[in-house]
Amino acid sequence: MPALVVPAQEAALLRGKYPTVFHRPLWQRLRGPFAVLLGVGYMVFCFFFFQVPKVVEEAQWDRAGLYLADWYSWEATPRFRFREDAVSIEWTRSLLGENPAPDWIEARPDGSYRVSFSSVDNYIDILSPTDVVAVLDGKSYAVPIGPEGAQLPVDAPQAMSLKGGRVTVDFGFAGSAEVRNTQVYVRHRFFGWPNFFFDTKSPFFGMTPDQLWEAATSPDRIDPRMDNWQMIVAEFLYNTEWQHLDVFNKLLQTIVMAFVGTLFAALVALPLAFVAARNINPSRIGSWLTKRAFDLLRSVDMLIWALFFVRGFGPGPIPGIAAIFFTDTGTLGKTTTEALENIDDKQREGVKSVGAPPATIQRFGVVPQVLPVFVSQALYFWESNTRSATIIGAVGAGGIGLKLIEAMRTNQDWENVAYMVILILIVVFIFDNISNMLRTRLIGRVEH
Amino acid sequence: MSSMTTEGLSELGRQTRSHYEGLVRTRRLYTVLSIGVLLTFLGFALWFADNSNAGRFFERLPFFFDFFIHFQPDDPFEIFRAMFDIPSPYADGSFKYDYEVGRVYVWGDFYIPEYFYQLLVTINVALISTLLGFLLAFPLAFVAARNLTRSASLRFAVRRCLEILRAFPEIVIAGMLVAILSLGPIAAIVAVAVHTVGALGKLYYEVIENADMKPDEGLRAVGGNWFERVRFGIMPQVLPNFVSYLLLRTEINVRASTIIGAVGGGGIGEVFRLSIGRDYAAKTYAIIILLFVTIVAIDWISTQLRRRLVGGVQGGWA
Repeated sequence: MPALVVPAQEAALLRGKYPTVFHRPLWQRLRGPFAVLLGVGYMVFCFFFFQVPKVVEEAQWDRAGLYLADWYSWEATPRFRFREDAVSIEWTRSLLGENPAPDWIEARPDGSYRVSFSSVDNYIDILSPTDVVAVLDGKSYAVPIGPEGAQLPVDAPQAMSLKGGRVTVDFGFAGSAEVRNTQVYVRHRFFGWPNFFFDTKSPFFGMTPDQLWEAATSPDRIDPRMDNWQMIVAEFLYNTEWQHLDVFNKLLQTIVMAFVGTLFAALVALPLAFVAARNINPSRIGSWLTKRAFDLLRSVDMLIWALFFVRGFGPGPIPGIAAIFFTDTGTLGKTTTEALENIDDKQREGVKSVGAPPATIQRFGVVPQVLPVFVSQALYFWESNTRSATIIGAVGAGGIGLKLIEAMRTNQDWENVAYMVILILIVVFIFDNISNMLRTRLIGRVEH
Repeated sequence: MSSMTTEGLSELGRQTRSHYEGLVRTRRLYTVLSIGVLLTFLGFALWFADNSNAGRFFERLPFFFDFFIHFQPDDPFEIFRAMFDIPSPYADGSFKYDYEVGRVYVWGDFYIPEYFYQLLVTINVALISTLLGFLLAFPLAFVAARNLTRSASLRFAVRRCLEILRAFPEIVIAGMLVAILSLGPIAAIVAVAVHTVGALGKLYYEVIENADMKPDEGLRAVGGNWFERVRFGIMPQVLPNFVSYLLLRTEINVRASTIIGAVGGGGIGEVFRLSIGRDYAAKTYAIIILLFVTIVAIDWISTQLRRRLVGGVQGGWA
């Protein structure tokens, strides 16, 4: 695009006419670069202060892949043990039911096994305790197994690696096989979570929705003590790995913490704000004291309140409610006091001039002015406290936060973490919308 | 108001009056109904909370006061000894009185007391995560703003991204990174920064959408490209608000990083959780005082700076 060209004469004229635009003071011109320099300098400082290079170097990045893979897939981990010239299969924590016979394991009559991974060209043949052949992309590699452990074949590709007498054959996403001199440990990965709804031991495991519907409506009881549909619900809720009932219960605790904490805070903060506002309360001392009380409640961290109450009340939603209540009474009280001190005095005078008693003056002269701000703030707090309640739950205040942190500590249940995260995201999303809807209905559209 | 009578009113006036009263009645009914619904919810919520707690509220209340009364240092100076890592006269070899162990020597005999150092870590976590979050939120906000990005799908994608970043539980990010990087503040930095991107991004694009578009039009008329329009048309308008929100976010992030610290991110939060969990009264009060003073100071500084910038921005918490 051709730029606009200003004749030299005119340019000089303009320069002379607007010196503030063309000759800004030095500090104003250097403000931007200085801020950038400060930011970069601070980042460099933090880079060394937090020892980033050391931490990154010592990090176990392979774990990240494993944990994240758990978020959308599961692993079957059969072990093929070598016992006295024979190979026997052993299952640990299997999601394939009581007697798994998956089609990716071919058991041959001579006692050997073939485990295939994703395609016909990728498999591992376990023929006998001394004869294991890995086939990668159609090329076969015999893995030598001696008393000191397995060794790499001479022409081993990149996908095969040796570590401490164990040869690992990597099949990518489909899994891996680890050849040792006592066993072959296979990890085969699949999409999804098959036992999400029902335990593998449950009679409903692996049923399609149609079959499930049929079972639910059929009069033949599987368990004589209850109807089939009751049993389906019970089997779902008491699923041992996913613990749906417990997760829902904990989620409800978190929601309750945020709801009750914010509601109580709002109910206490509104009247206290009237006491704290200088233009409403004639008593200087009362106003000053209430304001300092708000500051105290607000500035003692929510973490401190939470831990204090956890020590006092024991773990559960009560300390969570108390912590949210204390912090938010302070913050809501402060913002409402500010709103009250900024009201338009004319409305109050109007109500006063027609001889209304003090309570009526407040009700009709003051409250309508601050209520929109107050309601909007309270709803915003409710929304954000749903998130805070998750975090303070993790320090002992119960709820889904505690369950999350427990699941993460075991380092195995990352699929449960994913499940809870999705539930939390859904809840936050729903509450966001409810709060927005209420805000619009109660006070009309406002810019926040 | 209902004490007014309809006497002396015309037919039309009476109609208007009765219509008005009908409206008031409906409104009252709705108010009573919604308060009823709210109270029902509250009742259920309280019952549920009380039942799922480790101890009932009224059963535990005496214990709570007991805890409060007994949770006291041996003498008031103990708090300051714990704060400045000065040896305690009560020392009996236990961790309760090992104040001088935590000293962080900088050079020679000069040391930073343990809690000051941990506080420094937490504040740095808050500052760097705010900075990193800002650096990411800044460009994203311009893409998410309706008045600067034409493509609705791009805007939609960026907005949903910001929403997810905002709602994603911080402890999960921290927990995951703790598992990968082992315990330490870097997990906390990333967790807080991710949330900051989402929160700041949203506030920022709302500010941009409220900007006056006339300077932008002027620049467009003289042939300015997108970057020039943003740089000279929009930025001067939104920058004060941006900085103001950034300062507000810094305040919030100081609190957030103490909490994240307590669940494995290091810093003062972790030390606090350990000391209150083990009943070390002097140490606990020392940390509470330090944290309190820090938060008050940071709030004060930030309020002063904001007042200078835009004469105070209201709201925008959390």
